[in-house]
Amino acid sequence: MKRILVAIKRVVDYNVRIRVKPDGTGVITDGVKMSINPFDEIALEEALRIKEKGQADEVVAVSIGPADCQQQLRTALAMGADRALHVQTDAVIEPLDAARIFKALAEREQAILAILGKQAIDDDCNQTGQMLAALWNRPQATFASKVEINGEKALVTREVDAGLETLEIDLPAVITADLRLNEPRYVKLPDIMKAKKKPLDTLDLASVGVAPSERLRAVKFDPPAQRSKGVMVKDVQELVEALKRRGLA
Amino acid sequence: MSKILVIAEHDGSKLNPATAKCVACASAIPGADISVLVLAASAGVIAAQAASIAGVNRVLTIENSAFAQALAAVIAPAVVGAAGEYTHVFGPSTTFGKDLMPRVAALLGAPQISDLMAVESATRFKRPIYAGNAIVTVECAADSKVVATVRTASFEAAGAASAAAPIEALPLAAELPTHTRFVSVTAARSDRPDLQTAAKVVSGGRALGSADNFKILYALADKMGAAVGASRAAVDAGYAANEMQVGQTGKIIAPELYMAFGISGAIQHLTGIKDARTIVAVNKDPEAPIFEVADFGLVGDLFQVVPELEKLLGQKA
Repeated sequence: MKRILVAIKRVVDYNVRIRVKPDGTGVITDGVKMSINPFDEIALEEALRIKEKGQADEVVAVSIGPADCQQQLRTALAMGADRALHVQTDAVIEPLDAARIFKALAEREQAILAILGKQAIDDDCNQTGQMLAALWNRPQATFASKVEINGEKALVTREVDAGLETLEIDLPAVITADLRLNEPRYVKLPDIMKAKKKPLDTLDLASVGVAPSERLRAVKFDPPAQRSKGVMVKDVQELVEALKRRGLA
Repeated sequence: MSKILVIAEHDGSKLNPATAKCVACASAIPGADISVLVLAASAGVIAAQAASIAGVNRVLTIENSAFAQALAAVIAPAVVGAAGEYTHVFGPSTTFGKDLMPRVAALLGAPQISDLMAVESATRFKRPIYAGNAIVTVECAADSKVVATVRTASFEAAGAASAAAPIEALPLAAELPTHTRFVSVTAARSDRPDLQTAAKVVSGGRALGSADNFKILYALADKMGAAVGASRAAVDAGYAANEMQVGQTGKIIAPELYMAFGISGAIQHLTGIKDARTIVAVNKDPEAPIFEVADFGLVGDLFQVVPELEKLLGQKA
């Protein structure tokens, strides 16, 4: 069975304007809309397309976190994932812990591919996929904008600072999804109904052999320094004079 | 004492300016002893450039033909082999560093600080989260190595050293995997300044309307000696190449002058430019959020403003 593992992280929705709590202990998440990390949605879409081309047999969505993560896993099932695994914990899971959990599951499921979003839009870490590839001792193709599976290999085009880089990697491998890999499909109502019947298994940290490593402690949260609003100029002439005064023109 | 290993980024012939920024960040750690590690097919010229950065105590080189391209899976074992005695391992928060450093961290069993923007102590750092909407101060466990990607826009590049640091060749102490192979890279060859390090950047958004219309920005940029950037919307629409994207998931830049044309100013874009010294915004919509952060705002049609600017900027005052 050719299986693809997809990481699904529950994050504050893309459109929510984040505010730091006045006491600096975190950001305000009470009553805030939560969604699948947008990069993970792209990762899932890619896995589904690979399966639809007949290059994989099963897509397994995996989420790590509190009980509420099951909402996002149900959405992933509605999008088309075949089954879901929820590693339930209220502990702080650092990227290296997440990578250890995914590694345990990738081995258990004998995955040919693990596809993750390149970063989560909450902590913006951009670490877990690379760490998984290291621990699993497999290739990584990060920031992917195109994926082509050819038997035991994959050709992956990556968005890098210089332009577009193409790698050939042996499977199993880890791919992290960038923005332009695909456009995720919309979930239709009948799919939401069907998703309720798909298997969603709950695991705990002990069953995957991982304990939170607690290497990093968030000491405090601050709002970013604000740029002060400048001046409006009435025309190009005035703009050019302003730039000249700053020695910029 | 903190012993810091900085991983050099280069293109095979010259050192990327991001490396001098990583050195500046490392120098902010009290009592820092800084080594720069150059992994290359041929390290000589690059190592000499690294040795002339102020604050660098020594340059280490490992040469191997497998390092002709910077493949994270191939390079990481060599970095880990050299990292033994170091307390910190730093790389730039470029696509090179973002790809490589977490792989290094995992092999070392160490946590990573991504986009390190300020050093508070040898174990305490600040970094942005939520697209820069919050800054978190993070404390690393004292018995851990610290791996970090350095947010280059937050640091001024370290200057030139008065005397070059010694260069030492290391043997390759790791087996390199063959499961990852370089095929090709397609980069738009540009004689314009590099977007990441340019002093001036001219940037366009969806309002440009087409790839063809972007030409007016290229003309203005060439007159100014500026690099050209783009918003995500413009890149998604195919008006500009992916490497031109500025913002949370593109390039984070800190030029002297950033000029945004037809960019509304989504928070994800603003996070990529807020360290610019001067921001100019030109937009038809007076309510565009970009005006909230602009030093100089002009409400107007970019198709009239850009050619006029190009004309006026050419004239001597």
